[in-house]
Amino acid sequence: MDSVGTMLKGVASLVSRVRKLDPGHLRLGTQAPQSLAAQLDNQVSFESPRAISCTNENDPAKHEEKHEGLHYNLPLQDVKTVFPHGLPPRYAMQMKTFNEACLMVRKPALELLHYLKNTNFAHPAIRYVLYGEKGTGKTLSLCHIIHFCAKQDWLILHIPDAHLWVKNCRDLLQSTYNKQRFDQPLEASVWLKNFKTTNERFLSQIKIQEKYVWNKRESIEKGSSLGEVVEQGITRVRNATDAVGIVLKELKRQSSLGIFRLLVAVDGVNALWGRTTLKREDKSPIAPEELALIHNLRKMVRNDWNGGAIVLTLSQTGSLFKPRNACLPQELLGKEGFDALDPFIPIQVANYSPKEFESCIQYYMENSWLQHEKAHTEEGKKELLFLSNGNPGQLERLCAYL
Amino acid sequence: MAASCVSCGAVVSRRLLLRPRVSLAPRQVLWKAAELQSVPGPQRAIAYLFPSGLFEKRARPIMKHPEQIFPKQKAIQWGEDGRPFHYLFYTGKQSYYSLMHDAYGKILDIEKHKNQLQAKGLFSEKNKTIDLIGSRWLIKEELEEMLVEKLSDQDYRQFVRLMERLLQSGAAEEEFVQSFRRSVTVQSKKQPIEPVQRDAQGMAFSTSEGKRKSAKAEAVVYEHGSGRIKVNGIDYLLYFPVLQDREQLMFPFHFLDRLGKHDVTCTVSGGGRSAQAGAIRLAVARALCSFVTEEEVEWMRQAGLLTSDPRVRERKKPGQEGARRKFTWKKR
Repeated sequence: MDSVGTMLKGVASLVSRVRKLDPGHLRLGTQAPQSLAAQLDNQVSFESPRAISCTNENDPAKHEEKHEGLHYNLPLQDVKTVFPHGLPPRYAMQMKTFNEACLMVRKPALELLHYLKNTNFAHPAIRYVLYGEKGTGKTLSLCHIIHFCAKQDWLILHIPDAHLWVKNCRDLLQSTYNKQRFDQPLEASVWLKNFKTTNERFLSQIKIQEKYVWNKRESIEKGSSLGEVVEQGITRVRNATDAVGIVLKELKRQSSLGIFRLLVAVDGVNALWGRTTLKREDKSPIAPEELALIHNLRKMVRNDWNGGAIVLTLSQTGSLFKPRNACLPQELLGKEGFDALDPFIPIQVANYSPKEFESCIQYYMENSWLQHEKAHTEEGKKELLFLSNGNPGQLERLCAYL
Repeated sequence: MAASCVSCGAVVSRRLLLRPRVSLAPRQVLWKAAELQSVPGPQRAIAYLFPSGLFEKRARPIMKHPEQIFPKQKAIQWGEDGRPFHYLFYTGKQSYYSLMHDAYGKILDIEKHKNQLQAKGLFSEKNKTIDLIGSRWLIKEELEEMLVEKLSDQDYRQFVRLMERLLQSGAAEEEFVQSFRRSVTVQSKKQPIEPVQRDAQGMAFSTSEGKRKSAKAEAVVYEHGSGRIKVNGIDYLLYFPVLQDREQLMFPFHFLDRLGKHDVTCTVSGGGRSAQAGAIRLAVARALCSFVTEEEVEWMRQAGLLTSDPRVRERKKPGQEGARRKFTWKKR
């Protein structure tokens, strides 16, 4: 009798579990979305959950360990000036959907902020390398640092993805400056435009200290502002790469003088020492040194200047000819790159801790991003944790389905 | 001296002369076991073919009972005068109808008894129903074999209905009813449960294996853990970048509601990405059996977590392009 009862109960729970596990039901089950008014009511009445995942402290300079795991809001105006090209595409889409830019404060970023606050600008620039598995948040940590430096009025030299300069380049011109090297007019001009958006106010202040000749008819005099160099690069696309080279050289030279502080932020720095997919007309491959942009960037990343800091990120996602499971600096940079960057401070970016994971889920729920009825329950959260293993990138992709 | 043979020359007769004792009749080989045991060649052959020896009683061939080999046949059912013995012979299915008649007679007896008790006022409402769990009614073939006659489907259904009515009316005729039921063994008892082992630090764990297509996996599940899984030394998020494989891994834990409670270390080889995921899932489910109650083991078995998937790649046949795909048919 009892066994019959328990068997039936077991079968009932089995049936309910089977229904739970039915893949069509779990992953893509559509919930009729609540009406907008009801949603707003919910948000108004549940003000307190925002305290779990968001903080009001919007100035990165004041972020401390107690803010770890919490999201802070970036004003959209700041985002337009500071990050014209810097945000990862998925994050940009999320920003557009939620109509706000919220970034999580995490330990690696906090560590870097601490170092940056205590830098001695008389010493040569220290190199910090963010490394970690795919999707752990290296690029977004870099963006956090850049926002901090922008707030502190540093000059930001941000290359969003160095891999874009070593692959898929349509036109390669022979450089006018040095016959052995190649120019990339398109990439250089795009970058100059974004650089101008970020650092408007510095462009008029900094004066170049040397005369540069573009071609027979045009040259630029000593003492004119950097803004003119940038303009020349944007308007004359042929000279864009040389303009970039001049900008980098001048900034390096002048940051030691102490007028401004320079932050060099490069994402995907392992592109500088890898291989390229570009070929000459006779189909022979081009080494990265032969690209003018890469050559100048390498000089920038050397620590023979002072008055700023260099923050670098390794990235396997866009890298060329590197195996998928390579994530350590030695593997991704290769011997040449490692020697060039040595010494540097490595900072590992790891998956979410349980607290950070919880905070991320809360943030999604507040923005009504998770529509699945199971997502609110403990079991649902455990499932998500298991399936993503705390990896921020994977979690974001998973939640996109729910 | 040497008589010449027409076909092959002088050699033949010489051979015949040289061996006069050759008899042209075939030699009779006498089967004398005692003699042969001393000869080394046959001794080795006997040791190979009859490992227990020639005279071991338990190694003798066992034969089935004649009843199992020869089908049951009906004996002659009428006497010398042509008159049938059974009163229902002319129905055609005498044993079936006599069985139905007896069963109905029993039902009527039970009802009469019940009416008598009610009339006397001694009728008690105790319901002693017979336990039907673990047994099943005879199937049609078994009933036919028992009655030694052919039945139709309607006959069989009528029989089952009558038996159930007999059961409903009371528990009086238990042996009669049980003679028409066969027991069904509970499958899960056959599931071997791995023993729980303890390793050097005192942590309890259990190991088991799983297979799928051509992938073999061996999983070690620790009883107390935080939900970390390592496959071939690599984190499962990196080893299985596809969501589907990680869902497969999640299935046993999610089913038992133990998502973050166990640590797993496993090794897997062979097969493709899906096959490896399926193999690990089976191994993990089997290993989890040792930490879980028997009821939950039965639920897992019913969910299909403990059965190894028998599907294997089908062979390509000649004259076809693949296992099932035929060549393009051209009309001319």
